[in-house]
Amino acid sequence: MAVCIAVIAKENYPLYIRSVPTQNELKFHYTVHTSLDVVEEKISAVGKSLGDQRELYLGLLYPTEDYKVYGYVTNSKVKFVIVVDSSNTSLRDNEIRSMFRKLHNSFTDVMCNPFHSPGNTIQSKAFDGIVSGMMVQTASTV
Amino acid sequence: KKNTIYPPPPIWAFLLGVLKRQALKQSAGDQGLFTSLYTSLAQQLPREPMEWRRTYGRAPKMIHLEANFVQFKEELLPKEGNKALLTFPFLHIYWTDCCDTEAYKSAVKEDMTRWQSSLRTHGSADWVIIVVETNDTKKKNKTNILPRSSIVDKIRSDFCNKQNDRCVVLSDPLKDSSRSQESWNSLLLKLRTLLLMSFTKNLGRFEDDMRTLREKRTQPGWSFCEYFMVQEELAFVFEMLQQFEDALVQYDELDALFTQYVLNFGAGDTANWLGSFCAPVRSWSGLLLRRPIDMEKRDGIQRGEASLLDLRSYLFSRQCTLLIFLLRPWEVTQRALELLHNCVQELRLLEVSVLEGALDCWVFLSCLEVLHRIEGCCDPAQLAANCSHTVGLWAYATDKLKSLGELCGLVSEKGPTSEDLNRTVDLLAGLGDERPETVSSLQSPYKKLKEALSSVEAFERHYLELSHAAMEMYRAIGRLRSARLVGKSLAEFYMRKGDPERAETFLQEALKSYTSEGWSLPVTHTRKQIAECQKLLGRTEDYLQTSALLAGDVNLTTEERKHFCQEILTFAGKSEDQSPKATLSMAVFAQLTRLQFRPATASVHSGAVLQAELTLRCLMPVSVHIQQLAVSVHFDLERAGTNGRSKGAPRQTNPGTVEFSQAHPSAGPASSSAAGPPLELDEIEDRSPTDNSLNSTGVVCKNTHLVMRCHDSASPPDTPNCVSPPSVTVKDDGQMLKVQDVTLEPGNNSIVFTAPPGTYTLRQLYATVGQVQFVLPHIYPSVQYEVYSQEPQLTVEPLSEPLLAGLPQMVKFTLLTGHYAVKKGDALQLSNTDTMPVLPSASCTARINSPLVGESSLFIQSSEKVTSISLPATPPYHTLEFHLEVLCVIPHGCDRPANERLTNGEVRHRPRSYSHPDTPMTMSIDCPWSIYSTLLALTFYIPFKTKHTLLSAGNRKYIQVCVQNMSDVNFTLAEVQLAEKQQATLELQSLNTKTQQLLCSKHSVFCLWEVRWKDDLPSCLQCIFSANFSPPKQDVSTFKPFHYQFQLERFIFIFYILTLYSVRAEILPPASEQHCRSGFLCGLEVCITRLTEPTEGEAAEDSKTDADGLKTTKLMYEVADSSSNWAVCGKSSGMVSMPMAADATHKVQIEVMPLFAGHLPFPKIKVLKYLPHTAAVAIQPDPDSCVENDSLSLLDKVLDDQGDTASIRSRGSVHSVGSGDQQQQKGVAMPRLEPFAAGQVFNHSHTQQVLVLPATDDHIMEVNAT
Repeated sequence: MAVCIAVIAKENYPLYIRSVPTQNELKFHYTVHTSLDVVEEKISAVGKSLGDQRELYLGLLYPTEDYKVYGYVTNSKVKFVIVVDSSNTSLRDNEIRSMFRKLHNSFTDVMCNPFHSPGNTIQSKAFDGIVSGMMVQTASTV
Repeated sequence: KKNTIYPPPPIWAFLLGVLKRQALKQSAGDQGLFTSLYTSLAQQLPREPMEWRRTYGRAPKMIHLEANFVQFKEELLPKEGNKALLTFPFLHIYWTDCCDTEAYKSAVKEDMTRWQSSLRTHGSADWVIIVVETNDTKKKNKTNILPRSSIVDKIRSDFCNKQNDRCVVLSDPLKDSSRSQESWNSLLLKLRTLLLMSFTKNLGRFEDDMRTLREKRTQPGWSFCEYFMVQEELAFVFEMLQQFEDALVQYDELDALFTQYVLNFGAGDTANWLGSFCAPVRSWSGLLLRRPIDMEKRDGIQRGEASLLDLRSYLFSRQCTLLIFLLRPWEVTQRALELLHNCVQELRLLEVSVLEGALDCWVFLSCLEVLHRIEGCCDPAQLAANCSHTVGLWAYATDKLKSLGELCGLVSEKGPTSEDLNRTVDLLAGLGDERPETVSSLQSPYKKLKEALSSVEAFERHYLELSHAAMEMYRAIGRLRSARLVGKSLAEFYMRKGDPERAETFLQEALKSYTSEGWSLPVTHTRKQIAECQKLLGRTEDYLQTSALLAGDVNLTTEERKHFCQEILTFAGKSEDQSPKATLSMAVFAQLTRLQFRPATASVHSGAVLQAELTLRCLMPVSVHIQQLAVSVHFDLERAGTNGRSKGAPRQTNPGTVEFSQAHPSAGPASSSAAGPPLELDEIEDRSPTDNSLNSTGVVCKNTHLVMRCHDSASPPDTPNCVSPPSVTVKDDGQMLKVQDVTLEPGNNSIVFTAPPGTYTLRQLYATVGQVQFVLPHIYPSVQYEVYSQEPQLTVEPLSEPLLAGLPQMVKFTLLTGHYAVKKGDALQLSNTDTMPVLPSASCTARINSPLVGESSLFIQSSEKVTSISLPATPPYHTLEFHLEVLCVIPHGCDRPANERLTNGEVRHRPRSYSHPDTPMTMSIDCPWSIYSTLLALTFYIPFKTKHTLLSAGNRKYIQVCVQNMSDVNFTLAEVQLAEKQQATLELQSLNTKTQQLLCSKHSVFCLWEVRWKDDLPSCLQCIFSANFSPPKQDVSTFKPFHYQFQLERFIFIFYILTLYSVRAEILPPASEQHCRSGFLCGLEVCITRLTEPTEGEAAEDSKTDADGLKTTKLMYEVADSSSNWAVCGKSSGMVSMPMAADATHKVQIEVMPLFAGHLPFPKIKVLKYLPHTAAVAIQPDPDSCVENDSLSLLDKVLDDQGDTASIRSRGSVHSVGSGDQQQQKGVAMPRLEPFAAGQVFNHSHTQQVLVLPATDDHIMEVNAT
């Protein structure tokens, strides 16, 4: 499904970033980093209008010729970014949402781990597994 | 007038109608009338809106109907299956101004019938007949013509059966009268209503047909293009009605349908009609948005010849037009971007063969076309405010132009090759000719692209223009990251053009952003590009710095890292003259992780070795040989005096070890973004100039300006990760700890430094590799060590506390040699004193510690004045210890020292038991390292406390000496002697039987001598008590003498007044009994007898003459039982008046009751002097303090108790004189009691005992039996 999944800290440094090994990792880093512009724009726009009742899912951040970048922000301003191949048209908004929700749940588990110090990069195997699951499906559908 | 309008006019389409002008045609003379009617009809019809109720629950809308009137022709009527909605005749109108019945019957009726039948054959039920009446015709035919109503009635009855509304009368249309106006209005209303009815009906039918057609899309032979035309027809209609929203929906549906087919194709479900769209792309002329309808493309679609790009372009141009009508230009830009992305994807999906670069051209042209279109319909302010919507297109266009440039060889330094030129020609060919709309404009996308591809210079100009525009827009809307990405792309362009200087600026900016946000991969990538720039620019120091960073970058492969490391080493290996030394930040090369001092206190004396072990984590991929590693240290003047306290960071867990925390390179910028530049902190201490005490201490930040600046500006702070680290300042304090020739292996290395003397703070760390010097500008937390120098110090202390005088005691000498080395032959010279001789001992050894080094014997030589102790050779900073035995001679007599202060000025706390004077001794020692004598004080405690008491019994006098052992050890006391000094005629007869006595700790021994004297007594008696003592169970030889000298003042006086009264008590059992019984009253007879004649002193004292002429004195007696053996019944005290004559006797009877059986001691009887208030205060005989104390204590006791004199005090120990007594004591004039001096009253029955039998056994036990 996804070609790149990233978790970005409140301070905008990557907590976790993984991409499909076949493709240029660096490119995804640039893409995800740039997407933070739109994330910030959306957060500030949402913050103004809805207050605390905001939607965590930010929707499509921006499309490029090859990829679609989706964003999600937790209440603690941790950002999730999922990059999807543009050619993969089978993915609907709902599926992206559910991917984010799954990611969020797993992230919460990571945070609940008393041995994890928040702010450090995520090293959890369970989280890795969830992410892999989201990326493995890519191989079968594309 | 044209019959049809086809295609519809650009913006406002007209609803077509068919005008039946049969009647007018017939009467040729009236053609002018219809022409005038037509104009006002066409104008007035759309003036009023109509409510349009729609099917399928769609909301009703108000619409304005417009119509086009066309002359009726049979062939214009729609044939069966015609889907054209635009040319559909919605309403057929028959115009007639016939008012003549005959004419009607002959021609008009027939014509109408034909018209009706032809309508019927085509299934059209929407018609209306309009009868025009004019006054002219009326007037003309007034006389012979039927009323006009009859014509209308006839028409109605002939054609409109039950549809009367299908025939309308228009009267006097050309007259400007109210009647004609009214008739016009009703006509218009009628027409609108009918038109709308027909429209709704036909539109509904059309929509149904369309849906049916769409449902057939799975059937073979279905063509999307056909369907497209049908649905677009609907869209046109909505557009005509200005229902742009509905029109847009039609196009969006078509768009979605097409997209779905493409997707299905991707999924393997191919539709035949898609084949035409899969044809290779031959034209990439981009979107054309300037025409409302691109007929060229539309025709292509209709013919089924359109390519995918054509279809998409046409569809988007229509959507764009409608969106602009809807005033949603920003949606256009958004959709445009989606469309462009989508098209690229679709072409890829459909595997359409496209010339390389053709799509780039298409996208570039399209982007610019959309932007131009938007610019055309918005004012500049609006555009500027909505940058966020257009910037995507700008960036996309920039991107595409760049890749085109690269493709066509326009970016390289050399310019395009012939192959590149061929490609360019091919690409330009696909653009075709410029569209007529833009031929005249100077800045059309077409012209831009053509120009850009034509030459290197033009390309650069256009590319830069676009890039800067995109960057500025991104900046303006705050998308800085995107702006930097564009900048980076621009930098890549510059690098290709061979302009590294410009490239670097952009790269640095991008790098700053990546670094501040901790994106390591982009950081590495960008840094690599920067390194390339810097190398090209010849900025050696920067390049080396970047290389060092890259060499330590874990994101790179080992080969790459080695390469960069080698770059540094190569530079370092160059000969010295060529280039100045490069100073780089240490942080990128190696990290100082740990500093460990050995010993851990970080403080040693100058003789010892203080080692500082630095742990450096080398980040280089290969081992690096370092010529010199140096730590610059800062000498701390202020601290120089404080010897040896560790000043490491307070939070250290390991003493002597300082851990330097490092931000982990991959852990993100959490620390770096918050921290700002590292603080340069220095400690300050403010000490008072007089006594060097600490007034205040603090920390000073030396680079406040830098820290503050960073907080002011929002720019991310410099971090060690940054490309250009803060300029490294080398502080040259001159003091360095150096290590030569170290090889740092990758990973942790430990380097050991040896510290020179002094108190130093570690400041900087340098590593020199040939021409390169790595500097760690601050070692923080600051670490201090101390190598101090110490003066020799001699202390003497008792081996065991306390030191006892009179016995040989061991004292310990401790010599801290400090910086002084004790040579062989050095000796301590002790000045001898008489009171404390040093006892020479044969075997005396000294221990040299630091820790234990060895033992050697000590030579002690004593001469008359000096004891010389030869010391063994001892190295500096060692401890020399030896023990020496000294003896403090117990001073004679009880002379107390003037005060408790010892010679060294220190008040020494004596052990509590030694409440008597101690003996401070001062030793004066000459040391070889000093010209001054060292004075040392020792305090000795006298083990005994001695008191003497003069006792008398009857006429005999005794001297009692009490020796109390104050020490914690037992002693044996022997040869107790009392001698009188002045050889007076006194004889002291010892009553002490034992020759040796054990004197336990804290116990006392009493010794007694009877004094026998001849006539002449000395006024003052000086005695010496002497005894020998030794710790128990020791030989006689170890006995030490102890002397106690005392003086008995007023000796004679005491002797003469002694024993004034004797008191004799007797217990008399009850009369019937032989013995006393407990619980029974007995008599106590006290007999007080005066023994002597009154002395002169007494006579002068308190006396008053009796009636007998005899002098009497008043005494008070008191019976008190302190041990609760007796109960005194009745009076326990009383006053006795005693004649002052010898043998005067007074007897007192008191009743007492024994409370217990057994041998009971007699109750105590006290006799006190009673002084009347008139009497002068007598000077008490006070031979010594002991007596005084005793008597006073009695008085005190009396005062303590305030009981009633008369009461039976069974358990009371002391009988008080009465409450009045106290007052008597207080005032001088009051009568008062005064005790006799010791020995003045002799109590015969003191300690006498009497047998008391138990009470008779007459206990009755009552037993009641029932």
